[in-house]
Amino acid sequence: MTLVAEEVRIDVPVSGAPRRGVVSRAVGRLGNGFVQVLLAVVAVFWLVPVFGLLIASLRDEAANTSSGWWTVFTKPAELTLDNYAELVANQAVWQSFLNTFYIAVPATALVVVMASLASYALSWIDFPGRETLTVVVVGLLVMPIQVALIPVAKLFGAFGLFGTITGVVLFHVAFGLPFAIFLLRNFFTGIPRDLIEAARMDGATEWVIFKRVVLPVAKPAIASLTIFQFLWVWNDLLVALVFADQDSAPITVALRAQLRQFGTNIDMLSTGAFLSMIVPLAVFLLFQKYFVQGVLAGSTK
Amino acid sequence: MAEVSYVKASRVFSGNPPVRAVDELSLEVSDGEFLVLVGPSGSGKSTALRMLAGLEDVDEGAIHIGGKDVTNVPPKGRDIAMVFQSYALYPHMTVAENMGFALKLRGVPKTEIKAKVEEAAKMLDLTKYLERKPKALSGGQRQRVAMGRAIVREPSVFLMDEPLSNLDAKLRVETRANIAALQQRLGTTTIYVTHDQVEAMTMGHRVAVLKDGLLQQCDTPRALYDRPANAFVAGFIGSPAMNLKTVPITSEGAKLDGVIVPLSRAALDAAGGLDEVTFGIRPEALGIVPSGEEGMEMTVELVEELGADALVHGAVKIGDSSQRFVVRVDGRTPPTLGQHVKVAVRDHSEIHLFHPESGERLEA
Repeated sequence: MTLVAEEVRIDVPVSGAPRRGVVSRAVGRLGNGFVQVLLAVVAVFWLVPVFGLLIASLRDEAANTSSGWWTVFTKPAELTLDNYAELVANQAVWQSFLNTFYIAVPATALVVVMASLASYALSWIDFPGRETLTVVVVGLLVMPIQVALIPVAKLFGAFGLFGTITGVVLFHVAFGLPFAIFLLRNFFTGIPRDLIEAARMDGATEWVIFKRVVLPVAKPAIASLTIFQFLWVWNDLLVALVFADQDSAPITVALRAQLRQFGTNIDMLSTGAFLSMIVPLAVFLLFQKYFVQGVLAGSTK
Repeated sequence: MAEVSYVKASRVFSGNPPVRAVDELSLEVSDGEFLVLVGPSGSGKSTALRMLAGLEDVDEGAIHIGGKDVTNVPPKGRDIAMVFQSYALYPHMTVAENMGFALKLRGVPKTEIKAKVEEAAKMLDLTKYLERKPKALSGGQRQRVAMGRAIVREPSVFLMDEPLSNLDAKLRVETRANIAALQQRLGTTTIYVTHDQVEAMTMGHRVAVLKDGLLQQCDTPRALYDRPANAFVAGFIGSPAMNLKTVPITSEGAKLDGVIVPLSRAALDAAGGLDEVTFGIRPEALGIVPSGEEGMEMTVELVEELGADALVHGAVKIGDSSQRFVVRVDGRTPPTLGQHVKVAVRDHSEIHLFHPESGERLEA
């Protein structure tokens, strides 16, 4: 019956809002307004420092040390792109910016690919020891990164991976996988069994079921995982500080090296920080369109 | 086109003790036949179907399709299509893609897929919806897409697992007739699982009744109704259910509330040596008689008016206990609540006798 109603809704939009009392409508609107104000306040709290950073990156060092960034409103002539030109010209910092990509992109891609394959097997392929394996993998979530730093450093040393981008990527992949598998397996097991079996009856192999049925349905989960993993690797300082050398250091390490005890080089720092911030933001905006509710709608019942 | 046979096939789930979900099922389904598996929940009917589909292991025995042993063949090698209770449509594909998916996987050329999908869509009245996603369809339309997905493949056997249970009552009756007609037209061997005995009776060429994983009886709907093999089948097939009461017997017949219902010689011989039998009589074989005539005294407790008929539920004293009986009477003159009426057996050929313990049918 409800399904029939649904069809009507598609063809003929139901006109007229549901009737509600004046009081409840007023309360609703007031509540709505309150939430909006609250959200606006939170947004401003978050945005002001970001905006300040952007302005600081657009002023020269003298201006930054003599006055606050907000004075720019009265002196817009101070704005300049010199800092960005300088940053790109600074071989070490620019290289570190590129290094961050070389680390974050494979570390994200590998984790997403491996975790989705593993999660499919752990949720939908029956093999002996599956439950135990799942518990062990997810149990690795409790392992803190810090306890692994020295043993892994020794290991990397023995394999000649110390101080290489490959080493940093491998470490991120290893420590990203437990959470990734935990997240994706939970989503995969939520896919109706009938859907998998229908594909099996249609003659699909496990690989085809994974690629053509599970992956499209799991887009929201994979988008969340991509964003999580990318942010975590992009913003990482500790792992890079330990395992990367001068040539393979990402921007977080390079910017830290720019910090001085006395005096500032705020022009370089703010520019680098803003650049390093804008990339994850872009990734987030790129993937957030996959956060749609009800991907499974219409499949069963 | 193919015949299907279960050869002492069992599915045993590990546990303590192990659960025999399907227990030594032996069943022959001939080519083009529409067989319905029916039973209460937990009877193993869905498991039996899934074993045939290859989605469930066969722990003992074997399953043959078209004369070939497929016991250990994966689903894709069995040439069967299944309609799921939940429909299980691919949510990210359009109706056309859903229906053509199996053909696409088999590498059938695009134009051929398109032609076959369109043909099936026409048959199921889905042509208008081919480009829609499942979420933009009503329940009945989704059900038809699920059917279409099976038809397009032209398999040798159709499996249907309660395909109508998510539809509303009116649509269910309509779709029931459509599926039966479609099967007739395609002539494809079909195994259909349902818990609804009306569906089983109206659709199946033959009906197999299961209970606790055991096959109780497999016969035509008429034969199941007229000659149930045991008390379970007698009570399960027919709506409202047959009146089944354990009553004492004498050499003259069965004793019900002082009335002795005469039994045939053969029936009495079959019940030889027993003090009691399970006496079964359908509501329509009973009738209300004028108060002067011989009959059981019944107090009316509930009257269900169905239009043409009315079902009268009432209590009859048998021995020391009060037993409930249902009588089907003419819908225009039903008795009123609390009234005392006389109930008598109208048709003596419609009396069924079962063993009081084993439930097996007595007499040949």
